[in-house]
Amino acid sequence: MFTYTLRRLFFAIPTLLVISFVIFALLDLAPNDPTGDLPLTIPPEVREQIKASLGLDQPFFFRYMAWLHQFFINEPLNILEALTGWHIGDDQDRVRILSWATRSPVVDLIVQRLPQTLWVIGLAYVFGILIAIPIGVVSAYKQYSIFDQIGTFISMVGYSVPTFFTGVVLIVVFSSYLQWFPSVYDTNLQVTGFESFFAQMRQMVLPVAVLALYNASQITRFVRASMLDNLHQDYVRTARAKGVKEKTVLLVHVLRNSLIPVVTVIALGVPTIFSGAIITEQIFRVNGLGQLLITAIQGADIPLVQTLTFIFAVLIVLFNLIADVLYGILDPRIRYD
Amino acid sequence: MNKFKLLLVGTTAALASFGSVAHAARGSDGDLKILFWQAVSTLNPYLSGGTKEVYSSSMVIEPLARYNENGELVPTLVTEIPTVDNGGVAKDLLSMTWKLKSDVKWSDGSPFTADDVVFTWKYCTAPDGGCAQKAQYEGVKNVEAIDKSTVKVSFSEQKPYPYSAFVGAQSPIIQAAQFKDCVGAKAPGCTSANFGPIGTGPFVVKEFKPNDVITFVANPNYRDPNKPAFATATLKGGGDAASAARAVLETGEYDYAWNMQVEPEVLATMLKAGKGKLETAFGTQVERINLNWTNADPKLGDKRSTTAAGPHPSLSDPAVRKALSMAIDRQVIVDAGYGAAGKPTCNIVPAPAAVASTKNDAWCFKQDIEGANKLLDDAGWKKGSDGIRAKNGVKLNFLYSTSTNSVRQATQELVKDMWSQIGVGAELRNASASVFFGGDPASPDTFQKFYADVEMYTNNFDGTDPEKYLAEWLCDKIPAPANGWQGQNIPRYCNPAYDKKVAELSKTAEPAKRHELSKELNDMLTEEGAHIPLVHRGSLSADSVKLEGVKMNAWDSELWNVADWSRKK
Amino acid sequence: MTDATSTTIPAEPAKAATPTTSALRDIWKQFSAHKGGVAGLIVFVFIVLAVYVGPYIHTVAPNQINIRDKNQWPSMAHPFGTDNLGKDMLAQVLAGGKTSLAVGFTAMLLALFLGTLVGVVSGYFRRLDGPLMRLTDLFLALPLLPLLLVIIMLFRDTLRAAFGPETGIFILVVAVIGVTSWMHTARIVRGDVLAIKSQEFILAAKSSGMREYRIVLRHILPNVLSSIMVSATLGIASAIITESALSFLGLGFPSDYPTWGRLLFDGVNFLQLTPSRVLWPGLIISATVISINYVGDAIRDALDPRSLKR
Repeated sequence: MFTYTLRRLFFAIPTLLVISFVIFALLDLAPNDPTGDLPLTIPPEVREQIKASLGLDQPFFFRYMAWLHQFFINEPLNILEALTGWHIGDDQDRVRILSWATRSPVVDLIVQRLPQTLWVIGLAYVFGILIAIPIGVVSAYKQYSIFDQIGTFISMVGYSVPTFFTGVVLIVVFSSYLQWFPSVYDTNLQVTGFESFFAQMRQMVLPVAVLALYNASQITRFVRASMLDNLHQDYVRTARAKGVKEKTVLLVHVLRNSLIPVVTVIALGVPTIFSGAIITEQIFRVNGLGQLLITAIQGADIPLVQTLTFIFAVLIVLFNLIADVLYGILDPRIRYD
Repeated sequence: MNKFKLLLVGTTAALASFGSVAHAARGSDGDLKILFWQAVSTLNPYLSGGTKEVYSSSMVIEPLARYNENGELVPTLVTEIPTVDNGGVAKDLLSMTWKLKSDVKWSDGSPFTADDVVFTWKYCTAPDGGCAQKAQYEGVKNVEAIDKSTVKVSFSEQKPYPYSAFVGAQSPIIQAAQFKDCVGAKAPGCTSANFGPIGTGPFVVKEFKPNDVITFVANPNYRDPNKPAFATATLKGGGDAASAARAVLETGEYDYAWNMQVEPEVLATMLKAGKGKLETAFGTQVERINLNWTNADPKLGDKRSTTAAGPHPSLSDPAVRKALSMAIDRQVIVDAGYGAAGKPTCNIVPAPAAVASTKNDAWCFKQDIEGANKLLDDAGWKKGSDGIRAKNGVKLNFLYSTSTNSVRQATQELVKDMWSQIGVGAELRNASASVFFGGDPASPDTFQKFYADVEMYTNNFDGTDPEKYLAEWLCDKIPAPANGWQGQNIPRYCNPAYDKKVAELSKTAEPAKRHELSKELNDMLTEEGAHIPLVHRGSLSADSVKLEGVKMNAWDSELWNVADWSRKK
Repeated sequence: MTDATSTTIPAEPAKAATPTTSALRDIWKQFSAHKGGVAGLIVFVFIVLAVYVGPYIHTVAPNQINIRDKNQWPSMAHPFGTDNLGKDMLAQVLAGGKTSLAVGFTAMLLALFLGTLVGVVSGYFRRLDGPLMRLTDLFLALPLLPLLLVIIMLFRDTLRAAFGPETGIFILVVAVIGVTSWMHTARIVRGDVLAIKSQEFILAAKSSGMREYRIVLRHILPNVLSSIMVSATLGIASAIITESALSFLGLGFPSDYPTWGRLLFDGVNFLQLTPSRVLWPGLIISATVISINYVGDAIRDALDPRSLKR
């Protein structure tokens, strides 16, 4: 397993390079334009000059190499300097990846967005998993019981009703009529004491609820299906016949063997925390990474989209690797080499 | 204009005049909470020409003169508006002189001088800077500081209307000391300056989170010691227009929300909560349907929608162009999609009043299905079995494109329905706004390429003088592959008589004559059917009933008088 | 919903290796014993019937604009009320169903086919695992919106010329959704296949000289069926919603072409004014997905290799 992991990690480098190239080519080919959002009163020749000042007049391959250089050499050096306080080379002239819309370093933007993304999207995902696994297990164990029926109903509704709808319904009910929770998320809020902590909790309730419902709905279905598959396997009957406690049968044997699809789904989901929840962030104005990405895409802010998407790609490759390693731990019969 | 709107505008004005009387001291009214559903990317309007950036930065940096809510120029950082009469504008129309107020200070306490004005010009016109407002400085040959408080602007050719550079929210003055190392190619690198410009306006940037939220504090050195009434201001961005309206009108979490592009009945429902009101102001925006004068048949390949493709098989018939306009009930479109933020129009230059023509209002305001049908019958367009008219094998079936936006899609459906009553079919299409307006020559969906028979969008002109705008319909401004599809004559309209009249306008200085010529040009475009003007669009914003002093302004930044805003006690 | 008392699965022993007709009959027998499945099937058939037959009973044209009747609450003339242009909501929901069901099913089947193919092949054949999974990583990482813009730019006009505006866009939308949503299924199926491949009965089948494709069809596929079924039900829901996301980005069907997702999206702003405008599209999407879910459950139970093999 260890050599397998090493080999996979080594293989990840060319994979990611190819991915970064494909993304860059795709963004370059896409017909949206950084001057598209400007008022029409700005004449075409000025638009051309704006594009030239963004470096868009340079050849494609040159721009791609420049991005690679900035992402793999300049930015890591900058982070290193910021962490250690050293000065490496001529750090004044080091070109960082600049967003086209804000003209500020992309990495700073990402760092600025991380807190609210992790608080809201990350927490919603954790809640989603924590809710989903027990519900899925009980639903499967008591298949077709009232609990299972209600669970199925809620999770299917939760998955089929999109967040752009549930979000607005919650705002109308809890912000407009009841006035319990704010409808706008305040990213300036600093948790300093009990009161601000309470305010932070209050403003997180609605977006976290919307997202957790959606995430839980999906995971629960896979837990339930996978548990059902395993509950009827011969080894369960054997274990029961041997007099193993029902709880042990369920939680140790069946659950463990049922986790493979669940691990896959969760591993696919964790990177999406980083890419944010575009619609939910939009509705509650959480302005996390999802909002950053969608504004950047709409404004054709290529350096920002490229960097965000590439970090996302790294996480995908990484978490899929983690999932593969976990398969081996969950089911020792799975071997890769 | 309907009664409700008149009432609304009237009461707002009344409230506003009370507000300025009741003014107390600087910083007495707490936090001003503003919501922009399109988040602000930078506070340097020279690096991003977007409306949201121009508006938000107007709280901090100011031009020499700006337009008030009636479209009149008022001095901001100067003692008076230069004119030919007061000697501020040279008789030969080749230069003008601005006299700066002497006691204005930057928010860091340093004095505001003529050098800052000169620097601003140099900053925006520097090569490789990509200045988005360069057009404001077009025709400016030189800007020089005569002394500490006198600036002379010289033009390369006669400028009958010289108020463009340093006028209006698009060309505010930035501090030379702060930006001196940020000229040209170095401009984007100056992140802290771009995110926190030092200004002369009522507020100072405390923290800027790009595309998210801006925190301001009152400027301690602002020239009026009693203003602004608010100690701090928060400008939050993101979300969509409907939820922004809700945050002001229904939950009351915010004081002011910009650009309420929401169906009127939805706003009316929210207004019932009694927490806010709507503000409107009309500038020069007109939603129009451009008619393609050239052939847009996909079979033509590269020639499609260029003059080389020849005239449009059906839209080249004046009867068809006129019938399409007659069939439209503009009031219905206004009621469905715009409400208080729109009124029917037949002009491409709808304002200011001096240049707004009324010549075509008689036939064009009234929907005339019968007349349109007759016109088409007489022109030989006969209805086929499918209800669509045709002549010589050419069907009146149009590809109708626009940008993606729920109001535009509703308008498309309404127009399609109206046209179906005169035997004209339409295939609707919409393209994402960043593609439609993006101008990528590789994309078939840009409004410049006009790979459709008709297309709909809004355009306007800055300031109050339409000369440059009317020059967009010149024959040599037709977009074509040769110029990278960059011309502004989108309908591909070409009329030598029109070109001649535009040339005449550019040589005329006398205001009355200029107005007359502008009206004539506008009428030519409407009558010949270069486009179908639909709706004169206003700006619509929402504010709290507790907010006083808001004077909606469509000629300048909506936040132009934020110094005068206060909270009702 | 369904009567929730039957906690045991009907495990009627099937007579093995009989002709297909009797196998089908067995499956149907098992299926009809599954109350949830039957109820789901009834609801689903009702929705399909309503969508295809309904327009002949409720004959109002979905695109008929009647601005005087805008924003109406439900009435006899307009059972679901009207929208802000005065279009009849019932007619729109029925018309939208045709598109949404067709898009939902075809896109889901395409995604499921691609996902299962990639998943089984990479799980079963070790040599192909690496390249196929890296391809999956690539697809997972691609930013959807720019990808869509490029696809639309490159293919819309070609497809429109070849198939006409409506069919052309339909093919495009289905292809776009299918091609961008198979990756989850592929990863999940592959995980299952990896686990099953190492079990004894596969080894037994292999050593008995069974051909690889028969092993995949007879032993692997039936055992990953439950994950595929879950993916299928979730896939229909996301395809219906994704379609609406495409149209409000200006990438999908023309705006006067109703679909369930779009109706729901356009209605959200009118939540307080005319609640029925969002209620019905929301309800019918949920009802479709839930009924498919139960049908899926019943099919899975009916095909469960463990209840058939005994």
